[in-house]
Amino acid sequence: MPEAKFRIKRYDPAQSADQNGAAGRRYDEFRVPYESSLTVLEGLFYIQENLDGSLSFRYCCRAAVCGSCAMYINGAYRLACQTNVRHLGDGVITVEPLPHMPLVKDLVCDMTEFFEKYEAIKPYLMRDSVEPEKEIAQSPHERKKLDGPIDCILCGSCYSSCPSVWGEGNYLGPAALLKAYRFEVDSRDEAKKARLPSFDNERGTYRCHTITNCVEACPKELNPTEGIQWLKGAAVRRRILGRAK
Amino acid sequence: MIYHELIVVGGGLAGLRAAVEAKKQGIDVAVISQVWPGRSHSGAAQGGVNAALANHPDSADDTWEKHAFDTVKGSDYLADQDAVAQMTKDAIPIIYEMEHWGCPFSRFDDGRIAQRPFGGAGYPRTCYGADKTGHYMLHTLVERAAAAGVIMYVEWFVNRLVVDDGVCRGVVAYDMMKGGFEFFQGDAVIVATGGAGRTYGNTTNAIISTGYGMAMAYHAGVPLKDLEFVQFHPTGLLTTNILMTEGARGEGGYLVNGLGERFMKKYAPTAMELAPRDITSRSIQTEINEGRGIDGKGFVHLDLRHLGAQKILEQLPGIRDLAIHFEGVDPIEEPIPIVPSQHYSMGGIDTDMDGRTIMPGLYAAGECACVSVHGGNRLGGNSLLETVVFGRRAGAAAAEYLGGLAAKKGSAAAGEAAVIAACAQVDDLASRAGSAGAEDPYAIRLGMTTTMKDHFGVFREASVMQAGLDKMIDLKQRVRNIGLRHTGGVFNLDMIRTVELEGMVDVALAIAAGALARTESRGSHSRTDFPDRDDANWLRHTLAFNTPDGPSLESKPVALGMFEPQERKY
Repeated sequence: MPEAKFRIKRYDPAQSADQNGAAGRRYDEFRVPYESSLTVLEGLFYIQENLDGSLSFRYCCRAAVCGSCAMYINGAYRLACQTNVRHLGDGVITVEPLPHMPLVKDLVCDMTEFFEKYEAIKPYLMRDSVEPEKEIAQSPHERKKLDGPIDCILCGSCYSSCPSVWGEGNYLGPAALLKAYRFEVDSRDEAKKARLPSFDNERGTYRCHTITNCVEACPKELNPTEGIQWLKGAAVRRRILGRAK
Repeated sequence: MIYHELIVVGGGLAGLRAAVEAKKQGIDVAVISQVWPGRSHSGAAQGGVNAALANHPDSADDTWEKHAFDTVKGSDYLADQDAVAQMTKDAIPIIYEMEHWGCPFSRFDDGRIAQRPFGGAGYPRTCYGADKTGHYMLHTLVERAAAAGVIMYVEWFVNRLVVDDGVCRGVVAYDMMKGGFEFFQGDAVIVATGGAGRTYGNTTNAIISTGYGMAMAYHAGVPLKDLEFVQFHPTGLLTTNILMTEGARGEGGYLVNGLGERFMKKYAPTAMELAPRDITSRSIQTEINEGRGIDGKGFVHLDLRHLGAQKILEQLPGIRDLAIHFEGVDPIEEPIPIVPSQHYSMGGIDTDMDGRTIMPGLYAAGECACVSVHGGNRLGGNSLLETVVFGRRAGAAAAEYLGGLAAKKGSAAAGEAAVIAACAQVDDLASRAGSAGAEDPYAIRLGMTTTMKDHFGVFREASVMQAGLDKMIDLKQRVRNIGLRHTGGVFNLDMIRTVELEGMVDVALAIAAGALARTESRGSHSRTDFPDRDDANWLRHTLAFNTPDGPSLESKPVALGMFEPQERKY
């Protein structure tokens, strides 16, 4: 039976650096029975079930909608569930956790800071008006502005790929700012200036230097950079003109 | 020990909606979830959520009563009609509320929430956000929970309920990030852990939809209701069983067999592709069984090509992406190969319409619960609705219960004992790690998923089911000897998946026992040896209680009163 070769970056916090080489990290190789539909996530499950029960990774929907299994696969940001081994060429498949993130174990990195920053931008619709009895009317044109950012699955790929995040730990990063954009362009949002201070500051939009790694990394093909530039403009307009949208 | 008045287990739509409601009422509530809540399986729902908003030009005279009738008829009259009435009434304000909270529903030109036709519905009443409605609703509630300041314990695996003198007092959970078990003391617990799709080998469900929450309640003495009713979605992708929404047919998609025929005309001449899921899945399976699959093989086509690129890109972009990534087929260019796939557990933890179980302090909501509003067959668009309607009601009922308690935060003794029991369970599994006689948990998992798929599928028959039940009983014996492969503390998947398996086998056994016992065909439960519905004997719910000898079955009457049971025709 044909095989796929997996090379997986390992890390076990319970093992000392001495046992495991530099900083307790190493790579292990595994051979997984190949079939044309095999995904990287299925390969990881095969390894965990049959070859090495100690392997740790995140998973949930296996249909590219939950954002759990973002990893660094053959040097690119990908969702393991959406990545077909067939498309990775004949060589070894190298699977690593999201780079530049603190490690928990093996392919699992610590997302705590990522989600703290998500919460920091006040990621919810803000309204002062008395709600109508029915829906708040929104034209298809207004609704269309939300297409894109509302598809973000918060997988962390963009955040992990952003040099401004690597260099400046305080920077909110592309995912959180894209979420801010999602609400700022929503015709129903009445935050006016309430959300503004969360991103119009030294840890917010101005740290984006339009490197656009995030655009390349996003497995949902979203464009955080564009949203962030819009936020910069909105912040300036609001400061100078006091006008929101 | 960690204390909160109310512990919600599960961070999907039902759990979050319950938590937001309780928080609104001043309750100290915390959500415990195996994954970050925005990753829950609710987010995989695609097609929409039903509410009689009457926004669609063809649904101007739609009402909650008509929604209730469609639901009851769809359920093959097994749904409790009082609960259905409550759900369809609550539907209208709760969907507006989701919209006020920011849910990005698609819109009609007049700015109102867009609605599309769905299976088994007399009117186009399924509100949607493209074909990503679950994702949009889930993120909206994650956002609302953040706004409300609901406390989240993320990446904790809840292992068991803590019961003290017949009252639920909290849970024991494994800290995936740091290792170790912790007692979460609570004066009430809401279980909202989703369905049991992963007991089947051919499911649309997320990998975490194991039914473990059902098993926890079952192990604690709470009955599971109507588990034999398992929904097979007509259109799962051939290779992976990933869901292709009913909305694809709602937008006009065709089902086509190997002869190029729209075969639904034989089975549901009026509703055609928009017959309810049980009927549509049986129709597809019949075509396949009789050799009219594509090239005589075990699948048929979902054909969207005639809808045109623009409609597919605007209304069904997610479906297109999934078909391209997971099946290598672009629906604009080619028909999609599909098979009926396990999709939904109509049954679950027996509750009333406020989420109460028979155990004081224990509530359940969402797919893990059975109110029952789906009876023998759930209509598309009613599951997202159920999560928010009954999540809210369970949160409110738990808040009321907590308000009436004379004393809170009682003795921690039962919780401490439960932590010791959880550790002993893992030590026991670990003691067999690598030993010669230990069973392989993954071989047992595969045995279970294969057995459920092959013996308790779309069509059922006594001898096949009996053979399946025997296999499950054997697996239940073997599961007592499983051993761990890995004993580490941090993010130990081997431990989680092995512990999960013990619960999954019990849930699968209850499905099997209920299916074999019910000697009629109703909704999704279709027996070739008992092809007719038998209202005289079986217009009643099955209750399965856990005993050392396996599931013990009892029954419970169905709440009727609005609609007389009649034959279902579409």
